[in-house]
Amino acid sequence: MANKSLSSRKESVIAIFMVVGVIFLMRLFWLQVIDSSYKNSAKSNVLRYVTQYPARGLVYDRKGKLLVYNEAVYDLMVIPNQVKRMDTLEFCRLLEISPEGFRERFNKARKYSRFKPSLFEKQISKEAFGFIEEKLYRYPGFYVQPRTLRKYPKPIAAHLLGYVGEVNQRTIDKNPYYKSGDYIGISGIEKSYEEQLRGIKGIKVKMVDVHNREVGSYQDGVLDTTAVMGNDLYLTIDADLQEYGEQLMQGKMGSVVAIEPSTGEVLAFLSSPGYDPNLLVGRVRGKNFGLLSEDPVKPLLNRAMMGLYPPGSTFKMLNDLVGLQEGVLKPSTRYSCQGAGSTPIRCTHSHQSPLDVYVAIQQSCNPFHWNVFRSILTSSGHGSLRENYISWRKHIMSMGFGHKLGTDIGSELSGNIPTAESFDAIYGKGRWNAMTVRSLSIGQGEILATPLQIANSAAVISNRGFYYVPHIVKSTGDSSIVDDRYKKVISTINPAHFEVAIEGMRQVATMGTARWYQPDGITMCGKTGTVENPHGKDHSLFMAFAPDVNPVIAIAVVIENSGFGSTWALPIASLMIEKYINGEVKRKELEERMINTKLY
Amino acid sequence: MRERNQIFGDIDWTLILLYLALVIIGWVNIYAAVYNEDHSSIMDLSQSYGKQMIWILTSLFIGLVILLTDARFFSTFAFLIYGFTILMLIGVLLFGGTVSGSKSWFQIGSFGLQPAEFAKFATNLALAKFFSGQHINIKDFKTRFLPLVFFGTPALLILLQNDTGSALVYSSFVLVLYRMGLSGNFLLAGVMIGVIALSTLMVGQYWVMGFVGLLAGALLFFIKRNRSNIISLVGLLLLTVGFIYSVDYAFDNFLGDHQKSRIDVLLGKELDLKGAGYNVNQSKIAIGSGGFIGKGFLQGTQTKYNFVPEQSTDFIFCTVGEEWGFVGTTTVIVLFVLLLIRIIKLAERQRSTFGLIYGYGVASILFFHFAINIGMTIGLVPVIGIPLPFISYGGSSLWAFTILLFIFIKLDTRRAALL
Repeated sequence: MANKSLSSRKESVIAIFMVVGVIFLMRLFWLQVIDSSYKNSAKSNVLRYVTQYPARGLVYDRKGKLLVYNEAVYDLMVIPNQVKRMDTLEFCRLLEISPEGFRERFNKARKYSRFKPSLFEKQISKEAFGFIEEKLYRYPGFYVQPRTLRKYPKPIAAHLLGYVGEVNQRTIDKNPYYKSGDYIGISGIEKSYEEQLRGIKGIKVKMVDVHNREVGSYQDGVLDTTAVMGNDLYLTIDADLQEYGEQLMQGKMGSVVAIEPSTGEVLAFLSSPGYDPNLLVGRVRGKNFGLLSEDPVKPLLNRAMMGLYPPGSTFKMLNDLVGLQEGVLKPSTRYSCQGAGSTPIRCTHSHQSPLDVYVAIQQSCNPFHWNVFRSILTSSGHGSLRENYISWRKHIMSMGFGHKLGTDIGSELSGNIPTAESFDAIYGKGRWNAMTVRSLSIGQGEILATPLQIANSAAVISNRGFYYVPHIVKSTGDSSIVDDRYKKVISTINPAHFEVAIEGMRQVATMGTARWYQPDGITMCGKTGTVENPHGKDHSLFMAFAPDVNPVIAIAVVIENSGFGSTWALPIASLMIEKYINGEVKRKELEERMINTKLY
Repeated sequence: MRERNQIFGDIDWTLILLYLALVIIGWVNIYAAVYNEDHSSIMDLSQSYGKQMIWILTSLFIGLVILLTDARFFSTFAFLIYGFTILMLIGVLLFGGTVSGSKSWFQIGSFGLQPAEFAKFATNLALAKFFSGQHINIKDFKTRFLPLVFFGTPALLILLQNDTGSALVYSSFVLVLYRMGLSGNFLLAGVMIGVIALSTLMVGQYWVMGFVGLLAGALLFFIKRNRSNIISLVGLLLLTVGFIYSVDYAFDNFLGDHQKSRIDVLLGKELDLKGAGYNVNQSKIAIGSGGFIGKGFLQGTQTKYNFVPEQSTDFIFCTVGEEWGFVGTTTVIVLFVLLLIRIIKLAERQRSTFGLIYGYGVASILFFHFAINIGMTIGLVPVIGIPLPFISYGGSSLWAFTILLFIFIKLDTRRAALL
């Protein structure tokens, strides 16, 4: 066959095969036997991926005072298959753990993976670490990983700062950024500003020898990335005012919220009883969290925006404003607080009668406000009483009640301004009237509001009809954020009507319920509230702004189960205003009495 | 003539043993590459190594069936099998699923079938059938042209599936053509083209042109300086210069970004160790860190910690290199070269042209896979994703290579016959 004459060509084909084989062998001999550059990760060398945890951003108050910083601690990690025979007892003594504890942790780590690092002992303090570090070389398979923990120079503002903890499995599954053992903000601004605060994780690939010593970075660190620290936060909070408020609130249950009306910046935001934020850090967090959450006075509850209270008499001006807007109330309108028109809610104060709106606010007259509310519902001119009610509710909600304000702290409750439908459900459609829902006229009944909303309503009045959404963070890192969440919200009430409410509130402080507690040299406009509480003693409320011209602070104080608004909430608000505006308080005696009174 | 029931006596046991050795090496290394301590049994069917055991057992069964089939079946139905495979390749383009960018899989439940793997032996059968026909003359245009159609068609269809690596395999048939009488200059020209193209990309076109010019000048002194010689030398020089120009142009304009960067990495122009160069770099570290005797079974940190991608399929050779060292890699290479040489030797003893051509085809296909796959793991050729025959994980590829080889073993048992 013709093919056979070509059979010598098989030699060339075989030669090609052999040449390629020999080239491969030569190359492999070079790579595997001669060239040592690839040996750096050879038999005895093991690569160790050490996550570089970034420090979280620092937190400052509005004047640049440090509120939150970081402290270095060390996590002891273990890679089970690298652990060699060792003196376990000595190791246990070093770590101050029991031999059972050692076995338990080691087995847990083994169960997770024999080749991947597991956490063995977390958050060893700097002092203890120095001691352990010297001896660690004796224990192959163990190494330390630096971490940072939050530290608070002053034990204030725990609720708004929130706390940091280890990320849970649900979050890991949802968000691939997080790996087991990472820290994440769990509440407060630590949670709502997590992305700015957390920074960027880095990784270092290190080589370690058989003796567990790091022998350098792998391939001169080409695969390494450095951790980038999180952005710092600058809060709107005034640390001095916050601290002062927490002092005044010692031994009292309740909340104080102060807002700068012209910006919506929150100056003080506190819930009492509080706790030292340093308690929820590090190794003691679990235990302390358990203790705090079992405490019957609920120190973990952020009453400032999760506590719901009827606003009581502090709500009366808002009803007057709706009446003025709907044209059913004129500054000259007078109602009598005796006789037929005074029922169903009796007047509890002794004052002139009949009286106008200014005196009614000043004296907190119940019958007057019941009359105003009844006129709104019967004569607003939107059609039926139900329509008039719906219009009233819209006006009230435009001033920041009955819905979340949208602050940047998160976990805010919306409170309640009852809907017409809810009354339909209770009484039947068309079967309720101003009489049935009369409690709303004095801020009681179904109305519920948070201290934040009450403080915000003081800001609305002082601004003559608008508010900026209250917020806690002024800027992050170098850039000041003008978040579109912090927008201006304008109420449905004509700004001119607010002069009436403001004058009424000024008279409260000058001639009315608050006249004994005027802050030194400052004209304050305010309104007390004594809120009926079916579960116990009345809640004491006060809302105010100051000074009366160009106000710089709007405030709400709520003190649970303490009696009259003028007895507790008013003096505390007055002291806070004096402290904020004057920088110091002259009324030392009052200050001391407030600080030292325990009400629960 | 021997009786048909004596076929087992005529089997070339050397090939069978080489085959079994490679398959078992593959299984053990797949086990090491994707070892999962929670499923430490090599027969755990939830893991790749357990599945590979199934592929091996089914492959042996397929091999047995082939050995029991009448050898004439393969030559008689060569074109039919080829036609059927082409239909499958068209079908997969229309109805197939996409796995890592290649539209080349038929998904049947959890089981994927890759027609491109089977097209190789079918094309080989068709080529053998064609050359064993009458009036074959390698100088004839038809004889030269038709084989191009035979392996060009599947190559094109596979290219359309976006599986460049598998398409390139068909270029290996040039070895078969060489055996059939194609001038050796074609092989030489092919190598030269490769060398010139690579060096152009590596050192720049003007350097290569200068070097080629000098070479041409030097040649002038050694050849007879008659008119026709000088004309052909100048012609060749112009052609080469034109080619060098077009290489740069083609590289910049026709190649995809990932292909470009793979070539750049190979040439050392790009040192992006976290991007395109990552695979090769990690692969070289794995093999290089193995040393002379390796780190030992299941001790490969590079592969175990997933530094090496595709560690059970295309980069399985890394595990061999890391855990068994130079000893292991040499063993695999020697086994492969022995297998290839054995196939060529057996091919030459066939009485039928069909058997001869088929045998060369088997050797060519296996050689191409061997050369490209190992070459890429040690950084000698660009990363082209094709498996290492018999060793890489995968049902389709193991079945297809088994069929490819066992048809030849079967043909060899009937070597004395004119099929």
